[in-house]
Amino acid sequence: MKFAIALFSAAHAPSSRRALQFAQAALAGGHEVVRLFFYQDGVYSASNSVVTPQDEQDIAQQWRAFVSEHQLDGVVCIAAALRRGVLNNEEASRYQRSAVNIDAPWALSGLGQLHDAIQDADRLICFGGP
Amino acid sequence: MSRSLLVISRQAPWSGPSAREALDVVLAGGAFDLPIGLLFLDDGVFQLATAQDAKALQQKDVTANLQALSLFGIDEVFACSHSLAERGLSPPDNAQPLSSEQISQMIDRYDQVMTL
Repeated sequence: MKFAIALFSAAHAPSSRRALQFAQAALAGGHEVVRLFFYQDGVYSASNSVVTPQDEQDIAQQWRAFVSEHQLDGVVCIAAALRRGVLNNEEASRYQRSAVNIDAPWALSGLGQLHDAIQDADRLICFGGP
Repeated sequence: MSRSLLVISRQAPWSGPSAREALDVVLAGGAFDLPIGLLFLDDGVFQLATAQDAKALQQKDVTANLQALSLFGIDEVFACSHSLAERGLSPPDNAQPLSSEQISQMIDRYDQVMTL
């Protein structure tokens, strides 16, 4: 089955860890993850400036490793990211901000990528939110 | 044939960016001519309250953006009757009130559902 996974919560939220575990289980079960789309506070789950205490799981790092290892299509909503100060090199230059806290394997893009994934997938699975 | 998506908007308009971001998903889908429905549920029905004064909260009026729905071809706009009644709101002009049973049936009709 082809899954599109949408995440709406930050790396410190249990739902971010659940989304990661779901995605891992989907691949392990022989399914396909057509795209990960991080929206709303989900953009924080892609931030590389998260520092987790040593005795806690670093979910943002685990996301990054997972997406890289499986060469998944990891898309972070650009409008949601800009609003929350999650910027890649290009956007930091564009808006003259000093901090860059997102890079590969993540791509900043628009909501069209979410709709495109929904059309492509058999199932949309959402994590987080209210 | 395109897959249909129901967006369930559950946040009040002034509780943060969630209401606006839910609407953005709907409008983006409309821009791609996709079959999109929008349901206001729980505190989301506050987005339908008339005569809100956004300026008093130094906010932009997110409710004005609801008028863009028809321009983007989104005509399936619903509100939960129970949520409206709980909050003392009258049935809105711009969304069709539905009972809990009707909402269950409607959710079944859509291919995908996203709650924000």
